[in-house]
Amino acid sequence: MFRTPEGKEIFVVDGHIHFWDGSPENQRNIHGKQFVECFYAYHTALSPKEQLWEKSKFEKYTADDLYHDLFIDGPDDVAIVQSTYLKDFYKNGFNTVEKNAEMAKRYPERFIVNGSFDPRDGEKALEYIHFMKETYDIKGVKMYTAEWNGASKGWKLNDPDAYRCFELCEKLGIKNVHVHKGPTILPLNKDAFDVHDVDYAATDFQNLNWIVEHCGLPRLDDFCWIAVQETNVYGGLAVALPFIHSRPRYFAEVISELLFWAGPEKILFGSDYAIWTPRWLVEKFWAFELPEDIKQERGVDLTPEIKEKILGLNAARLYDIDIEAKKAALANSPFSVAAE
Amino acid sequence: MTPVRMSAARRSEELWRRLEQVNDPELDEPVTAMGFVERVLIKLDGSVEIDFRLPTYWCSPNFAFLMLDGVRQALDSLSWSPAYRVTLHDHMFAEEVNRGIAEGKAFGEIFGELAGDQDLESLRAIFRAKAFKRRQEAVLLGLRQQGLTDGEIVGMDLSELDAAGFDAGEAAKQKPRYREALLGRWPDRRPDDAAFVTWEGDRIPVDALGAYLADLRSVRINMEFNGALCRGLKHTRYKEMDVIDGEPTLVDFIMDRVPAPAHAT
Repeated sequence: MFRTPEGKEIFVVDGHIHFWDGSPENQRNIHGKQFVECFYAYHTALSPKEQLWEKSKFEKYTADDLYHDLFIDGPDDVAIVQSTYLKDFYKNGFNTVEKNAEMAKRYPERFIVNGSFDPRDGEKALEYIHFMKETYDIKGVKMYTAEWNGASKGWKLNDPDAYRCFELCEKLGIKNVHVHKGPTILPLNKDAFDVHDVDYAATDFQNLNWIVEHCGLPRLDDFCWIAVQETNVYGGLAVALPFIHSRPRYFAEVISELLFWAGPEKILFGSDYAIWTPRWLVEKFWAFELPEDIKQERGVDLTPEIKEKILGLNAARLYDIDIEAKKAALANSPFSVAAE
Repeated sequence: MTPVRMSAARRSEELWRRLEQVNDPELDEPVTAMGFVERVLIKLDGSVEIDFRLPTYWCSPNFAFLMLDGVRQALDSLSWSPAYRVTLHDHMFAEEVNRGIAEGKAFGEIFGELAGDQDLESLRAIFRAKAFKRRQEAVLLGLRQQGLTDGEIVGMDLSELDAAGFDAGEAAKQKPRYREALLGRWPDRRPDDAAFVTWEGDRIPVDALGAYLADLRSVRINMEFNGALCRGLKHTRYKEMDVIDGEPTLVDFIMDRVPAPAHAT
């Protein structure tokens, strides 16, 4: 729960968090080392100085760290845990659904654990979707199309193998597909941040919600265009939001484009924990106002009502969270970790 | 100053001037301004060594190649025709790119089947269009700020654009770059031709300028966002360089106790 300076209580769903192990012990190779270092560079590049972590903690933090940063020090009511396997880089995976579910077990009211699969695994991917549904009752998945898998260095949402997986998701009621759209590396000669496969998949799977993490940045215009066309496409603010600290005017321009094209119902807050912690993000977001000239230019505003939608109401709708019932349940399940 | 030292200073100046012409294709910013050129050494015999480092290990190899190819061309154009060595550091394809650049190979030759059937020229074309738009937007906004009406702006010809002056800021910086992009696309443009056309070559109707500027803005937002992220990542990556005995530790870097690297410019 975030309490505004005016005393209003805001329900916060953190749409994008991780519980990873990027420690040297778990790194399979140089790529594993470089992957978590890249995350750490994001962390150090965009965090306020007083929020910086030591690298060793960043590589591997505890479940107690996470509970504390999200729910005790942080304002999250519910956090959506995204699974990212990267088994070619990490011996036990970066953060698997098994590890995430284990972490979430202590406070089941607080977490929505999403699964993940790799369509290139063929039949095994379909079996794994069944397994995740039966074992963890997942409501969503996180897709990482740039993941390496043997000789393959990436895949597209509209590949035939992927479509077979999405058909199964639809059938099983796994309706929220979070898609990481950041830098992809291969094929080498493509414009490297293509988001157009979302357009095909969202058209062909109208019953699934497609949440484009990082809003396709740095292909915001392509994302906005798709979000206008497709009613089932949403934008996750992870990575875009931290600019609110280092480059507030850029953030204003980005959120204005999103409000103008996608609309206030289609934008979801996400901290991308542990790259960033939610407290400072939510505090700064709530205090943020669009500069007058940008407001005029685009004819949009970032009102408290809109902020409330972005911080929680939109995600609650996608994940069928009954907010009043959830508040009551949370009140009845206090934390057993000590607040520091 | 001795003649040798004078010559070294002049060589250094010429080299940096050439390197400043090499742009990150995606950001339309000079690689020198982005801090990607980490070290330049001109030896007494005139030979040149350049260390090049991108913001992350994962930066697209096609962009890395385009930039290093630009560096290669810059070095080939130097007045004293030096031998040179260019090294890309800490990149997932550093070995391949370094070897290929040293052997003067094309991208497709270096990466073989990974490069697929598209050539880099189409990628260059995409980024030429983006650079054109970003530069044009800065000039258009600058003219609006000077109080020109939309009608006056879209009606300008090239000679009038040349006569227009900007004191400072983005418009002043981008005006010569816009002109270069315009003439790069249409080398036969005459002084009485329109100064502002779309990338497709169409005139901009006066009542469509606002919508057109909104399109240009979205192009710029991506590019600037990218640039801000790359700068931030590059900065922190420098802080993450391998620590050698006697060198500062990570904590020193986090605490900002280490001065920024000295630049040759």
